[in-house]
Amino acid sequence: MEQVPSPQDARLLEGLRAGDEAAFVALMREYGAGMLRVAMMYVSSRAVAEEVVQEAWLGVLKGIGRFEGRSSLKTWLFRIVANTAKTRGMRESRSIPFSSLGDDAGAEPTVDPDRFLGSGERFPGHWALPPQAWAPEGRLLSQEALDVIERAIDRLPPAQRAVISMRDVQGFTSEEVCNALDLTETNQRVLLHRARAKVRDALEEYMR
Amino acid sequence: MRLDRELACQEVVELVTAYLEDALSPEDRERFEEHLVFCDGCQNYLEQMRDTIAATGRVPVGALPAALEEQLLEAFRGWRSS
Repeated sequence: MEQVPSPQDARLLEGLRAGDEAAFVALMREYGAGMLRVAMMYVSSRAVAEEVVQEAWLGVLKGIGRFEGRSSLKTWLFRIVANTAKTRGMRESRSIPFSSLGDDAGAEPTVDPDRFLGSGERFPGHWALPPQAWAPEGRLLSQEALDVIERAIDRLPPAQRAVISMRDVQGFTSEEVCNALDLTETNQRVLLHRARAKVRDALEEYMR
Repeated sequence: MRLDRELACQEVVELVTAYLEDALSPEDRERFEEHLVFCDGCQNYLEQMRDTIAATGRVPVGALPAALEEQLLEAFRGWRSS
């Protein structure tokens, strides 16, 4: 892990500490919605999650003077919102954090078992209905395809939604996600895999 | 579910993210790649997961509701002047 802030973080930090509103807005626009998705992992409603995000940003402002850059700025932001949301979730006595991960981390298959040959067949577990190649690749670049993906992500359970958003939309590394959310590598990967599989499913439907 | 030491497609699809994250043991990685050599269905599946990841990377990060943004800005201005 880095011991000094990256040049980009250093610029943002300097701006924030100097009270530069543009730096604050840039940070809020880049990570605000992602932080809201993380808050949704731990609390019961969107309204409470919004309160959590607000409380978390107040914590960010209060702590910015002491931030040393031991983690990246974004990891720090997401840790603060995750911790704020966990505390709030516990006060709501909602036993979310790991029970929801538990549900997600089960051994449930991510691909419909009916697409594979059954145990009575000669090649059990092999494709009965294999995925067909997605022919006109251009369609994947369309606005429509992006809408399909966004809707699929919105339908995911909160932990899967937060993880795929951080990894694949915002480009966090797995290490950053694990640090921010206190997940093991394995849990993180299971959540990501389940999320990606469902988004692929939605795209398969669209590409047909 | 295994045919000798070969992976079945149903197992391969569950290993795709671990494969892409380079989290498989060298032996499992080898078995995974051996399977792909003769299996078009799994090749397509892996390719589509890669396409899915790339396409998801083009989704906008999203915005907070305007009212919440405004509240956060107020908080920032209050903090700045304190």
